[in-house]
Amino acid sequence: MIEMVKVSKWFGMFQALTDVDLAVARGEKVVVCGPSGSGKSTLIRLVNRLEAHQAGRVIVDGIELDDDVKKIDTVRREVGMVFQSFNLFPHLTVLQNLTLAPIWVQKVPRKEAEETAMHFLARVRIPEQAAKYPSQLSGGQQQRVAIARALCMKPKLMLFDEPTSALDPEMIKEVLDVMVELAREGMTMMVVTHEMGFARTVADRVVFMDGGRIVEAAPPAEFFSAPKTDRAKLFLSQVLGH
Amino acid sequence: MKWARANLFGSWPETLAMLGILWLLWKTLPPFIDWAFLDAIWKPDSKTCRAGEGACWGFIVEKYRFILFGTYPYELHWRPALATVILIGLWVFSAFRAFWKPWLALVWVLGLSVIGLLMWGGLFGLRYVENERWGGLILTLLLTTFGIALAFPLGIALALGRRSDMPVIRGLSVGYIELIRGVPLISLLFMASVMLPLFLPAGVTIDKLLRAQIAIILFAAAYLAEVIRGGLQAIPKGQYDAAHALALPFWRRTGLIILPQALRIAVPALVNNFIALFKDTSLVLIIGLFDLLSTVKISLNEPAWTGFGVEAYLFASLVYFVFCAALSKYSKSFEVRR
Repeated sequence: MIEMVKVSKWFGMFQALTDVDLAVARGEKVVVCGPSGSGKSTLIRLVNRLEAHQAGRVIVDGIELDDDVKKIDTVRREVGMVFQSFNLFPHLTVLQNLTLAPIWVQKVPRKEAEETAMHFLARVRIPEQAAKYPSQLSGGQQQRVAIARALCMKPKLMLFDEPTSALDPEMIKEVLDVMVELAREGMTMMVVTHEMGFARTVADRVVFMDGGRIVEAAPPAEFFSAPKTDRAKLFLSQVLGH
Repeated sequence: MKWARANLFGSWPETLAMLGILWLLWKTLPPFIDWAFLDAIWKPDSKTCRAGEGACWGFIVEKYRFILFGTYPYELHWRPALATVILIGLWVFSAFRAFWKPWLALVWVLGLSVIGLLMWGGLFGLRYVENERWGGLILTLLLTTFGIALAFPLGIALALGRRSDMPVIRGLSVGYIELIRGVPLISLLFMASVMLPLFLPAGVTIDKLLRAQIAIILFAAAYLAEVIRGGLQAIPKGQYDAAHALALPFWRRTGLIILPQALRIAVPALVNNFIALFKDTSLVLIIGLFDLLSTVKISLNEPAWTGFGVEAYLFASLVYFVFCAALSKYSKSFEVRR
């Protein structure tokens, strides 16, 4: 589904990613973790070209990403993304947030788009909030709306960029529950998160990054019980230590 | 009483300031009321006015038709009067959000056509009146209406252009904005009325009103562009990320996500510019168009009525104020954030 070969990325003089190799198979769930500034967010944003890589190859669902806008659009239609800060459109209602892209990008008739939207709102368990504006919802509800918005595009792959980092502790579970459910249904997922509990239950593979490189990649059981590198051991002791 | 004691006389400095203000009002307000109302002379006769003490509203009574309609043929004044009412009606009608439907554009086209027909005539037995003779309030309102209607989209285009990734478009936008902003409107109007005809081939003429209108539009667009750019800059990057991630193409992204938010942020500054544009139209008097302020000025040139400038300009100010206050009040309803 995703194939990255020797990918590098610079922000000015700063090298954010160095020779990253990563392959994600269809249906696989990959959790990306690592200390802040390790390049996790940059890595996930390469997949739908919110950031452009400067060396190496990024291939998503058989399409190699380059400057070709058509290819980028094709990939973006197939890849849903959920952000740390939700990024709902504040001037539109929840329902309008959900139907916007299906109507204008996929040219789905409005009525059908609204039915799909209500279906996914029910799946994230907030169908009663359809007519409200994002600012009237709690953080957890907003993030579930954001997940539903991505799902309305019927994506083949979902990207999550620290989806629970901006949430109050009591709201984290309601978002993770939705994500676990999604994983059970077989969605291909790439998740940047510090929620190690989620990684343990859901992930097929945990990728540990540091300094713009993938330092370790292993199934969660292996990664958590016997991390190979000192850097990963230190990170785990910090994340799990409390 | 309780409110006054708490809010106006709460402390010594406050009390002192209050007393100062009351004293000033006591000194100025009664004489003004005497002058403006009690001693005022309403008879349109300049001799009586000169003999009296108070304001000479007789001047307005005598001259209001010229002030409002300029040199438009006297017996046809009902036409600009009706046109003015229709134009104001269109604005008021458009103020209701319930009418913000595609057919509103049609209403405007229809309304403006009727206004054009009334002002120019030449059809349906209406006498033809060349636009050299248009003047007064309707001229001010028309210059403002077309000024806003055309400068606004041009301003949006320039603001987007200035933030474009394409160097040529960005360069042109920046160049245009900086060039126009560096020049006073008066000089643009002079250029439009004096210099432009020199460059046009012989036989081609663009009439004065149109040239002034174009100058006003070009001028206002540069200012509006900067205000809109301010709004665009206030949009968080996450909004672009989300729009990109949903594969929304540029025009959908801009029209559905970015602009609606940016314009709402820019409302106070936009209204400020619209009000400035409305009042700046009075500068067309220097190139010989008779807008509301010019007609006031010309009325004062008549020997019998020289020296009644205070009354004349108070009247003009009142007309300007009514429109600006209405616009300002209405715009408040946009600033309420959800």
